[in-house]
Amino acid sequence: MATAQTRTLSRVMMAPAVIVLLIWMIVPLVMTLWFSFQNYSLINPMMTGFAGWGNYRYVLGDPSFTQSLINTLILVGGVLVITIVGGTLLALLLDQPIWGQGILRIIVISPFFVMPPVAALIWKNGFMHPGYGMLGHLWKAFGLQPVDWFNQYPLFSVIVIVAWQWLPFATLILLTALQSLSEEQREAAEMDGANAINRFYYIILPHMARSITIVILIQTIFLLGIFAEIRVTTGGGPGYASTNIAFLVFRTGILSNDIGAGSAGGVVAVVIANIVAIFLMRAVGKNLDA
Amino acid sequence: MARTVPASTRIGFTALAWLIALLLFSPILWVLLTAFKTEAEAIAASPTFLPQQFTLENFAAVQDRSDYFKHAFNSIVVSVGSTLLGLAIGIPAAWAMAFAPTRRTKDVLMWMLSTKMMPAVGVLIPIYLIFRDLRLLDTLQGLTLIMTLINLPIIIWMLYTYFKEIPVDILEAARMDGAELWNEIVHVLVPMAVPGIASTLLLNVILAWNEAFWTITLTSGRAGTLTAFISSFSSPQGLFLAKLSAASLLAIAPILLMGWFSQKQLVRGLTFGAVK
Repeated sequence: MATAQTRTLSRVMMAPAVIVLLIWMIVPLVMTLWFSFQNYSLINPMMTGFAGWGNYRYVLGDPSFTQSLINTLILVGGVLVITIVGGTLLALLLDQPIWGQGILRIIVISPFFVMPPVAALIWKNGFMHPGYGMLGHLWKAFGLQPVDWFNQYPLFSVIVIVAWQWLPFATLILLTALQSLSEEQREAAEMDGANAINRFYYIILPHMARSITIVILIQTIFLLGIFAEIRVTTGGGPGYASTNIAFLVFRTGILSNDIGAGSAGGVVAVVIANIVAIFLMRAVGKNLDA
Repeated sequence: MARTVPASTRIGFTALAWLIALLLFSPILWVLLTAFKTEAEAIAASPTFLPQQFTLENFAAVQDRSDYFKHAFNSIVVSVGSTLLGLAIGIPAAWAMAFAPTRRTKDVLMWMLSTKMMPAVGVLIPIYLIFRDLRLLDTLQGLTLIMTLINLPIIIWMLYTYFKEIPVDILEAARMDGAELWNEIVHVLVPMAVPGIASTLLLNVILAWNEAFWTITLTSGRAGTLTAFISSFSSPQGLFLAKLSAASLLAIAPILLMGWFSQKQLVRGLTFGAVK
C-alpha cells in the first residue's frame, strides 16, 4: 500500500539516523586505516611520511602484541566459560520452585548494573587487597598467607571481576529463555519417565541453544573491548601480564602518543571483532525472519 | 505452575539459591556497609560486619574533596542528553522501518547493528585527534555526541521491535472511520508506542551512565562523569576505603534502582530483540 508519498516520507524519517551512522562508521575507520600506514607520533613531529607496512610490522612483531592477543583470548574465553556454565546452572536453579524467586532475580542481576570502575575498585580494594581485603581476612581465618592477587595473578583477577559483572547477564537471559519452555513439554517428558539428566540434554539444552549462542556472541563483542577494569586495577601490568588488545592500543596510541602504531593495533582489533560480528549478525538475522 | 516437589527439595533449592545470590551480592553489600564506617574501622585487622560507629562523614568528605555533585551532574547531562538525542533521531527511523518496510529494511537494520560491533579502540585515535582539533576533548557536548552515536543502533533496534508489535490493522480501522492523520497519531499510535519508548529510554540511560571507555579516555577534570570520577580513586591515597565506598554507593544506587525496574527490557534490548 506504499504510495510514492509515503516512500518519500519514510526516507526522510530515516535519513538522519542513516547519515549519522554512516559518518560515524566510515570517517574514523578510514582515518584509522590511513594513520596505520603513516609515520605519525605526537611526541616526535619530525617523524612523518608513508610508513608502508612498518607500523604493522612493529606492532605485530612486538612481543607485547603476542602477549596481548593471548591475554585477550584467555580473558574472553575464561569469562565465557565461567558465565555460560555458571549462568546455565544458576538459571536452572532459579527456575526451580523456590521461595522468593522475584527477589532473588533482582539480587542476582544487580552486579550487572554496577559501573565497571566501581566493580573493579570494590574487588581491588575491598576483596583482593592482601592487607585489608575480605579474601585476605578469609585466608587469614584459615591460617593461610593472604594472596596479593593483582601482582601474582593479574589476568586471573581481571577475569574474576569481569565474570562477576557478566554472570548476572548470562543468568538473566538464560532464565528468560528457560521460562519460555512450555510446562506441557516438561511434564510430558517427566511422564515419559525421562530422568533429570535426560530432560536437560534432550529438552532443555536444545531449547536454550539459541539463547546460549546469542549470549556468547554478545558477551564476546563486549569482552573484546574490556578496558576500565584493567585501567583502574593493574594498568595492564605487571609488564604486559594483563594487557589485552584494547588496552594495548590505548597504551601505544594515547599514552605513548604513537598514532601510527596505535592505529595499526586498532585495525587488528577491528578485524578480530568483525570475525565475531559476522556470526552474531547471522544469529540475530535469522530471528528477524521468524 | 503446578509442579509439585517434596518440601525438603524445595527447602534445599531455596537455601542454595539464596546462598549463591548473597555471595554474588556481597561486593555490593560491602560497599553499602563500608560507606557508613570510619576509615579506621574499614581497614581494621578484624573486620566488622555492621558499622560500629555509624557515620555520614565519608559522604561529606567525598563532596568536599572532589566535588561529587559536579560529576553526578555531568553523568546526568550525558546519559539523559544522549538518550533524548538518540530518541529524536531513532523514533522516526524505527517508525518508518516498522510501518513502511521495504525490501531493503532488513539490510538497513542489520547494517545499523553492525556499526555497534565496531570496537571502540578501532576508532579511538581518530576520535581523540578530531576532538582535540575541534576543542571537544573534555566537554559535555563532545561526550554526549559520542554516547548518542554508540547507543543509536540499540535505540533503533529496541524501538523497531516494539513498534513492530503495534497491530497495523488498528491504523487501517482508524482510517476507515475517517480519522485524520493527526488524530490517528495522537489518539491511536502514541498511546501504543509510549511504553516501548519509555523502556528504550530507561535502558539507554543505564547503558550511557555505566559507559566507561569513552568517558575515561575523552574527559579529565571538567566534563568527567561518575565513571571517570571513580576511576580517579584507582591509586590508593592512604585512608580512603570508606570514602571510595561512599562515592561508589552514590554512583551506583540510582542506576541499580532503575535497573531493577527494567529487567525485562534489558533482556530484549541487549539481545537486539532475539530473546524476549
